[in-house]
Amino acid sequence: MLKNLCKKMFGRSLWVYHANSGGCNGCDIEVLNVLTPYYDVERFGIKLVGSPRHADVMLCQGPAMRSTAKALLRAYEAMPAPKLVFAIGSCACGGGIWHDTYSVIGPVEKILPVNYYIPGCPPRPEAIIYGVAVALGLAGKKTAPAGFKQPEFAIPIYHEGEVKKDGKE
Amino acid sequence: MSVMSKIKETIICLKAGRVTLPYPADPQPVPPAFRGRPIFDATKCIGCGGCASNCPAREILVLDICQEIRILKYLGRRCAYCGRCADVCPEKAITMSKEFENATDSIGDIGQRLELFMSTCQRCGRCFTEKSPLEQLKMKGYRFDDIQNDRWIFRSRGYLGDEPVTDDIRIEMD
Repeated sequence: MLKNLCKKMFGRSLWVYHANSGGCNGCDIEVLNVLTPYYDVERFGIKLVGSPRHADVMLCQGPAMRSTAKALLRAYEAMPAPKLVFAIGSCACGGGIWHDTYSVIGPVEKILPVNYYIPGCPPRPEAIIYGVAVALGLAGKKTAPAGFKQPEFAIPIYHEGEVKKDGKE
Repeated sequence: MSVMSKIKETIICLKAGRVTLPYPADPQPVPPAFRGRPIFDATKCIGCGGCASNCPAREILVLDICQEIRILKYLGRRCAYCGRCADVCPEKAITMSKEFENATDSIGDIGQRLELFMSTCQRCGRCFTEKSPLEQLKMKGYRFDDIQNDRWIFRSRGYLGDEPVTDDIRIEMD
């Protein structure tokens, strides 16, 4: 459904705004690498703009930090209405290695609604292009949740509530 | 002068040709030492939890839901693909694959969840992990002592004689 909405809403060109809220700059460099002629994303109509008011897509790098979360939210609110948020890198997807420290709030999805996740530390430029292609409906996603369960035994379970909560996700 | 420089630039551009990768249409190979998404092999995993205690992002979670079953959950969302879990795994159950196209619209797609059956100590009742399939053979009480010759056989090679069963496994004999 989200894919159809994307095709309808963003039929022409995506203008991206590139917001770093406290990452290490690795993902920034990969994003800028994507914009070079080698991985030419302007053939998909993707263009980097300097202001969130001109942008359709926000590329978030870095976790939501205590000091930058408010500014990130303001930038998100400044974007015009049909908007997408991409979380690029493991910091933006899950908070990164320092996800539980004082200055880090957590993944950016605690602050903004995130539409697409591109994990990697940093993700390859190809992975970022692939994420954009998934969002535009040019390619299908390749990941699926993997699970392994050994045969059921009639064994009493200690924490039944946690198992149910865990299984749902 | 400027015309000449423009002509020079054109010649350079024509020499270089087309450099843009046709990426989403054609697959792009990765370098040989590339570390992508770790893949957990549930049949090899013994549930020791070494990957969980060695993960710098602390994203491999272990939960013992009962005496015999241990759940090992890999979230994948804040994985830095450092490969320390694969390094520390004693059974080589974790392999760093070449997958990098992990973009998704729901974060639960990247996770992996293993439910492992663990054996229980007959004396104290706690779960323990067996070191190897041979150790499992010993611990489970599967014994084949030589009763006719009054000889206690400790390892399987003692039963089979001096010839090794396979070349790659070295079994010490007591």
